[in-house]
Amino acid sequence: MAPSTATHQAGETPANACPLVSIEELSVDFDTPRGTIHALRNISLEVPKGKVLGLVGESGCGKSTLAYSMIGLLAENAKVTGGSIRMGGHDLAHFKPKAWRKLRGTRISMIFQDPMTSLNPVTTIGKQMIDIQYREPVRRAEKRSRAIEFLEQVQLPDAAAKLDVYPHQLSGGMRQRVCIAMALLTRPDLLIADEPTTALDATLEMQIVILLRELQEKFGCSVLFVSHHLGTVSELCDEVAVMYAGEVVERGAVREVFHAPRHPYTQALFDCDPARIRQATRQLPTIPGTLPDLRRPPEGCAFRARCTKAFSRCNAEHPPLYAAEQGQVARCHLNDPAENAA
Amino acid sequence: MTDATQSLLPEPGLLARSLHVLSGNRTGVIGFVLVALIVGSAIFAPWIVPYDPTAIMTGPRMAPPSAEHWLGTDNIGRDIFSRVIAGGRIAMLVAAASLTAALSAGLLLGLISGLGPRWLDNLLLLIFDALRSFPTIVFGLAVVTIIGPSLFTVMLVVAITSVPIYARIVRTQTLALKNAEFILAERAMGVGLPRLLFVHMLPNVLGPLLILASMDVPLVIATEAGLSFLGMGVRPPTPSWGVILNDGYNFIRNSPWPVIGGSIPIILITLGFTFMGEALRDIFDPKLRKAG
Amino acid sequence: MSLLEVTDLRIRYARQGRLKAALRRESHDFEAVCGVSFTLEPGQTLGLVGESGSGKSTIARALIGLKTSSGCSIRFDGVDISGASGRDWARLRRKMSMMWQDPVGSLSPRLTVKSLVTEPLRINGLRAGQTEAERLLGLVGLPAEFATRYPHQLSGGQARRVGVARALALDPKLLIADEPTAGLDMSVQGEVLNLLTEVQARSGVAILIITHNLNLVRHVTDQMAIMYLGRFVEQGPTEQVFAHPKHPYTKALLAANPGSDPEARDERIALSGEVPSPVNRPSGCDFHPRCPWAREACATRDPSWVEEDGRGHRCLFPL
Repeated sequence: MAPSTATHQAGETPANACPLVSIEELSVDFDTPRGTIHALRNISLEVPKGKVLGLVGESGCGKSTLAYSMIGLLAENAKVTGGSIRMGGHDLAHFKPKAWRKLRGTRISMIFQDPMTSLNPVTTIGKQMIDIQYREPVRRAEKRSRAIEFLEQVQLPDAAAKLDVYPHQLSGGMRQRVCIAMALLTRPDLLIADEPTTALDATLEMQIVILLRELQEKFGCSVLFVSHHLGTVSELCDEVAVMYAGEVVERGAVREVFHAPRHPYTQALFDCDPARIRQATRQLPTIPGTLPDLRRPPEGCAFRARCTKAFSRCNAEHPPLYAAEQGQVARCHLNDPAENAA
Repeated sequence: MTDATQSLLPEPGLLARSLHVLSGNRTGVIGFVLVALIVGSAIFAPWIVPYDPTAIMTGPRMAPPSAEHWLGTDNIGRDIFSRVIAGGRIAMLVAAASLTAALSAGLLLGLISGLGPRWLDNLLLLIFDALRSFPTIVFGLAVVTIIGPSLFTVMLVVAITSVPIYARIVRTQTLALKNAEFILAERAMGVGLPRLLFVHMLPNVLGPLLILASMDVPLVIATEAGLSFLGMGVRPPTPSWGVILNDGYNFIRNSPWPVIGGSIPIILITLGFTFMGEALRDIFDPKLRKAG
Repeated sequence: MSLLEVTDLRIRYARQGRLKAALRRESHDFEAVCGVSFTLEPGQTLGLVGESGSGKSTIARALIGLKTSSGCSIRFDGVDISGASGRDWARLRRKMSMMWQDPVGSLSPRLTVKSLVTEPLRINGLRAGQTEAERLLGLVGLPAEFATRYPHQLSGGQARRVGVARALALDPKLLIADEPTAGLDMSVQGEVLNLLTEVQARSGVAILIITHNLNLVRHVTDQMAIMYLGRFVEQGPTEQVFAHPKHPYTKALLAANPGSDPEARDERIALSGEVPSPVNRPSGCDFHPRCPWAREACATRDPSWVEEDGRGHRCLFPL
């Protein structure tokens, strides 16, 4: 197999503990008829090399915006107003479209929620899989066998025969497998998965999660897994970042965050997950209130209006990311050592 | 995601949305201004025209533009500017009448086709396709030979040739809506057919149709001008743009002004309505633009 | 007396034209729901659980008369409704209502919330003014100023509340809820489910919940039934089914429902393969090609429905 540009470039950066992508103080605005929405505000996040990072939050929290900004697919009314996304010496936040074309589909690839819309409905799976290898200077037969090899990697039964079928002839679960195969075909350093299991049934959801886990271990790439489903995140991810109203409010290792959340929002979100409530109950917990208006983000803590633990300081002072044990950080004044001492 | 964010915020009014779209869209503004000018001049034509559009020898024959005659005069000394303004009235009348007729018939047939039994749908589709297969002008010529040239003939030809386009769009929309959850919900509540059609289906079909119709206005006007130019539409001396062009065409070696005067409004109206249609689409269906 | 008594419900879908089918010597339709029976008592909640294509939504459509069933009996509130005429339905629809899957998409987009919630009253020739709208919005905890909004101006949770208000407008005896939490954020799902519980406690409405979400079933239903390929594979009191599933498919579904505990990661049984098409059913037990516990007999013998101690299952070798 010819070495792809991806593996070649990856070799230039030192392969030790430094993260694959590091996002610093990233801010993104959306220009809408109703005014400017500050959708992402000062996001700082690192995607560790060879690990799975989960991005969790409810609709409107900005998790998809963040994912799309990392592959240069933001809507045309979006604007990066500050910060950077560093990956191997590049700043992706200020990339030109031409530079993106070189990186996208080679070092970074993406799978989407709806596998039907991300496959071309009028061409066969095989043609699509061969076409995306257009950068490789190899013969067609070789591209074809490579396509089969990857379809086998995603455990698609009867892979060779699947090259001749059209997307609509496959079930939703199989289509998502094909999308994963296509995304991995160029051996990317980073795979972004935007709610890849949301459209699938429960048993298929598990299959895809387990598949992603296996493939990630085999290929050693980093995965950014965007989901609102806490169960799949705990199942798949090594690290997790929780987002609320355009900010990362907590991040850390999945184990720590899921067992001892440091931010009241994370705690409230976990409380609401019916899967985590052991005893059957008719009165389910909720988070009263609504998201703040992101045209005018609140001065202090973004969550304070809905927070049961809010105190005077939360109104006045925007909390920074306080560090807790084992690399866990949370954007809540309760984690300020000074607060505990008092 | 952006949609999710936006849905949590109060929706701005139509005016605010229009202004936002137009603020970043210069061609849209040009379109609205042009259409307003043309429609306004058509409505107020009798008060605007400096001369009687059919009066001859208002000045020298085939004169170039001057302070008295802004677009010059034609071979029998009629004021071209007055004739162009009066022609706009005819063009607008044809467009309004024929498109209204085509829209109503298209809506009705499209709804029947989309909701009715399969055999009726197939039959209607066959008729639509048969009608669409004639070139408009050839079809117009055929109709003219049967019922004779007149303003009404022009409107009839335009209406008949447009019906299949609208009916097909309505049919497609209806088929999609038929299985939409809110239609099923209404049916499960036992809503009557008239209410289902006119309250729940029609308003959702109408929007895209009106945008399309506004973009079709220039097409209709070109058809009118074309038929009139061939002598198959509006009869002289009534000042249709096609008639003005035809008159001017015979004397183009002597003076280009009648032809230039007759074509300017057609160009302007085409630009105006196309730009306006595009802006309307952005205002009413912002998603369409994002996808494109 | 049960409020709803469904016996041997069968629903067929056309697959190809009759002529084409005759020429190919194939059947022109297939059974999407085959022989389903259940009862629902007043004030109780039953959960129908299944993956897409299991036929659960088809059952809902048959119950509200949008889909014709064949060879079965559906008794609702003491009368057989399986052969009801148009006029019968007009009367029946006052007593049963439905919440549709898509919170926003099931609301007519050009109507205001006021018109939407009072639509059932209007259809039945009752007064449908501002007072009625405000009363209904009050029932679901929405302030009166929502009356002038349009569906696209609502969040998912608000739209869902409007849907509940509309379903309650005629004070029905049966409420069918198709995926009541679909498309809602976790923090809002609880709100909607609590609302349903509250409504049931107040009015004694019976609720049929159709869902693929087991967590929801566990918390809000009294009885549950699991569907696979148009058949019930297991049925019983929710608590018991969760504690001791008898059918392997139930067990697999429960296992595919991660409890977001990173420690429990390795204990999952993932089913291989996908749901077969109801057009080409497997031989023997429908589930045997995917069943981790399948034995030889499962490939040839179609298990029959076994009922004992208020629970039922369709498995030759129950767990």
